[in-house]
Amino acid sequence: MGSPLRVAVASGKGGTGKTTVATGLALLLAERGVRTSYLDCDVEEPNGRFFLRPEISETAGVFVTTPVIDADRCTNCGRCCEVCRFNALAHLPDRILIFQELCHACGACALLCPEGAITEEPRRLGAIHRGITVRHALGGEAYEVSFLEGCLDVGEAHAVPVIRALRRQLPEDGVIIFDSPPGASCPVVETVRGADLVVLVTEPTPFGLSDLEQAIGVVRAVADEAVVVVNRAGMTEEGDVAAGELCAREGLSVLATIPEDRQVAACSARGEAPVLAAEGYAARLAPLVELIRERVAA
Amino acid sequence: MKIAVSAQGSTPDSQVDPRCGRCAWFVVYDTESGEFGSIDNSASVNASSGAGVQMASRVTEAGVDRVVTGQCGPKATRGLEGAGIEIVTGATGTVRSALGLDD
Repeated sequence: MGSPLRVAVASGKGGTGKTTVATGLALLLAERGVRTSYLDCDVEEPNGRFFLRPEISETAGVFVTTPVIDADRCTNCGRCCEVCRFNALAHLPDRILIFQELCHACGACALLCPEGAITEEPRRLGAIHRGITVRHALGGEAYEVSFLEGCLDVGEAHAVPVIRALRRQLPEDGVIIFDSPPGASCPVVETVRGADLVVLVTEPTPFGLSDLEQAIGVVRAVADEAVVVVNRAGMTEEGDVAAGELCAREGLSVLATIPEDRQVAACSARGEAPVLAAEGYAARLAPLVELIRERVAA
Repeated sequence: MKIAVSAQGSTPDSQVDPRCGRCAWFVVYDTESGEFGSIDNSASVNASSGAGVQMASRVTEAGVDRVVTGQCGPKATRGLEGAGIEIVTGATGTVRSALGLDD
């Protein structure tokens, strides 16, 4: 058994169509007989499930450790506050005040407390849901996508531990589609790192392209190869030209261009995957699907 | 009583900084002696997280009783209130005018 092919779908800017493309790729690959897993790493607002409609069979909490101070042993020396590089502890006149939402669970405070007054206890950050999507091809044959989703609890700030927990559950073969969060910071790095192929979905607008440039920088540092999907093309001529120029300058191939189409928005609003319901959409992704199939077979 | 005003500089004629956690300085006025001092808060200006928490420790250590500022964020508020420090928001102008010491 070989190792799986890891394909991450990222963008920089939010709302460019990452999830539409990622779920579309997962469905198209599965329909063509590739063993496919979809991982929703956009744990702050996972929404791949609206398109894939999986049946969830398993849910597990994700926990991190957080400091708890034994008030009887604490001498209020303030050492824990000094060593916390995340400023999660405040040194007040009569006690130490803990800001759990800032804690990165590094353990420095517990390790370096001279009184041994700090212990670490688990605190829930979110959950992982596992399930399966079963669809039927036009001929009636069933195909399936393994579904994994991270979900950060409301009010929590740290996505990375939830994504890391998702990554501990990776299947050992086939294709894994990682649906990345937007942006270019830690959660994106945690999603994209080690990917064999990164699909950057952009829109030909000044915001879309500016954020794409940042995402390219991150991807170059942590993954092997990237290609681009230009989504919502044809809104303005200058936008389309600028997208082409940026990709040429960066030496990135544009493997799919998907035109701006009201039908796609209508499908999304109904919770239907555009690859299944919007005319011509699946064909636009065909070159990308073929590239991935070739890589899996190789 | 010691009153700390968030400020862009270290003197009574500095402008009030509306931000509490990430101001560069606090100008401290001692109502009993009438003297001014300052707290260097520059380490919190670019803190990646917990600027308000760090500021609360610093202001507490200086023995301040009241903080005067523009706005106070949730974590700074929790830290300062936890230390029993009174928070007054909405200050503008110079430190001196915010303290009502203009003429």
